[in-house]
Amino acid sequence: MIRTMTTASALALLAGAASAEGSLNIYNWGNYTSPEMIEKFEAEYDVDVTVTDYDSNDTALAKLKAGGHGFDIVVPSGNYVPIFIAEGLLMKSNPNEMENFSNMDPRWVDVEFDPGREYTVPWQWGTVGVSVNTAVYDGDINTAAVIFDPPEELKGKINVLPEMNDVMGMAIHYLGGEQCTGDREVLRQVRDKLVEAKPNWLSMGYSTIERLANEDIAASINWNGASMRARIDNDDIAFGYPQTGFSIWMDNAAIISDAQNVENAKLFLNFIMEPENAAMLSNFARYANGIQGSQEFMDETMAQAPEINTPEELADAGYISKNCPPEVQKIYSQIWTELTK
Amino acid sequence: MDATTRSRALLLAPALFILTVAASGPLLIVFVYSFLTPGDYGGVVWDFSTQAWFNVIAERDFFTEELGWADAHLAVFWRSIKLSLLTALLSFLVGFPTAYFIATRPRRSRDMWMLLIMIPFWTNLLIRTFAIMELIRNEGTINTVLIAMGLVTAPVQMLYTEFSLLVGMTYVYLPLMILPIYASMERFDFRLVEAGYDLYASRWQVLRRIIFPLVKPGVIAGSILVFVPCLGAYVTPRVLGGGKQIMLGNLIELQFGQLRNWPLGAALSLTLLVIVMVALLIYVRAAGGEEARHG
Repeated sequence: MIRTMTTASALALLAGAASAEGSLNIYNWGNYTSPEMIEKFEAEYDVDVTVTDYDSNDTALAKLKAGGHGFDIVVPSGNYVPIFIAEGLLMKSNPNEMENFSNMDPRWVDVEFDPGREYTVPWQWGTVGVSVNTAVYDGDINTAAVIFDPPEELKGKINVLPEMNDVMGMAIHYLGGEQCTGDREVLRQVRDKLVEAKPNWLSMGYSTIERLANEDIAASINWNGASMRARIDNDDIAFGYPQTGFSIWMDNAAIISDAQNVENAKLFLNFIMEPENAAMLSNFARYANGIQGSQEFMDETMAQAPEINTPEELADAGYISKNCPPEVQKIYSQIWTELTK
Repeated sequence: MDATTRSRALLLAPALFILTVAASGPLLIVFVYSFLTPGDYGGVVWDFSTQAWFNVIAERDFFTEELGWADAHLAVFWRSIKLSLLTALLSFLVGFPTAYFIATRPRRSRDMWMLLIMIPFWTNLLIRTFAIMELIRNEGTINTVLIAMGLVTAPVQMLYTEFSLLVGMTYVYLPLMILPIYASMERFDFRLVEAGYDLYASRWQVLRRIIFPLVKPGVIAGSILVFVPCLGAYVTPRVLGGGKQIMLGNLIELQFGQLRNWPLGAALSLTLLVIVMVALLIYVRAAGGEEARHG
């Protein structure tokens, strides 16, 4: 026992030679980690934090699978969590036994991608809906029709996110199906509808905030937080929740299975379940978190925002985004290639 | 093995290493991957399959189960080849007079002109592409000026069209056309032009019968240098094409990312390589034939 301890402290000395008490390497989406919150964590636990960016779940997955990365924390989206677990990339760190776990909104505890929260802790969550410039089109915007059967005013001014799963999901629900459906008749209709709608679209790109605010585009499939940022620059931009169904995503922090700084990583997971700290994340990234009581620490603009607080009458139309089975994914790929060609 | 042979072998080692390991190695991996089965979440499963190669040109419709051409892939191939050829042509139309202009300046000012051609080339590709975007977007410089002058009432949609791709790629690759043409022209003896005029040739005849044949190798080299990178262009179609006019590079990226079909991505990459090789063969033929005639 004593020998193990000396070895461990010798190793710790070697590893932490350049740092303070220890270090923590976070691998997260770009522009998504509140620097203010990181400073607070560093000060509280005397830990040096390094944040490295990625731009998609697939990038993170590929990098972690390749090994030799040196990261401790990763923040995959809910629909990717089962893949990360199946690939053996996440540590079963049991956040559900941590001190601050009681703060987690019960709605987010028994999620399909991590029942009972044995691996992950909520980071931010949001919805995929439609942003519309209401000065250009003043009709009902709580419908996916603004994208798939657009009114005359919006034709040629529409952007669609190049995210296969989000677009397919929205289109399938619009035509009466369920996400991840393998029903060929529904999928044929989806393909025809998408191909028919494409000439009305201006572009399929990720940048929506500036282009909506500048009025280069008048409508877009969009993330709620991005829509809010566009509205702050341009009052006419409103966010619609398609009544036929809109997807809800959640990004989740988890410890990587071969993390070097497990204890610090655990401290960090517990830390972000503290309402005040979760609020710091939201104030920075402009999305909701899954922690109860964080509302009172949020900016006024966040607490009131219609993009962040789903209207009650539309809340039931939301569905939590899943990862579709490979055989279904194959058909989606075919439709997507057909659409983007 | 005596000392000289050994030192020769050692001196050759870096070149041989680069050629075998660094050049052929990755290509071999791509080749092998194109014959494997896609993993469910990206990556590959080590089961032999020719499905990826089959899917490059053909696919089974998920609804009718009918076997047909992979229209989407063929459309992207065609767009890539068409736009690359047009870019080469456009670069030639702009680059040839430019090279001629520079080659006919006094020796001392030529370097300055060449420098002006090269400076944009040193700027990051992404920055140059975004600069073009700023010019041609609806609220951009060109449209603002056109509207202020009263020439149009609503902005002309230039961004996110094949036109914007052509403009973007021509701008980006123009120096690759000017440089070889200029190199040929610099060696060109302009007294031949005078001789042509003395023999009552028209300006058109001088250009077509005297200048052009002698700088043709430079033109061919420039066309290849522009054509090849255009085929694999990724950034320009992504930024200026708005994701609706994708090219081969984007189609390949899609397979390694969202569509999780690495073998198909590998097969598409090799198909791109074959197209490039065919283009190079045509070049060698054309340039070789030229040499034979002059020799």
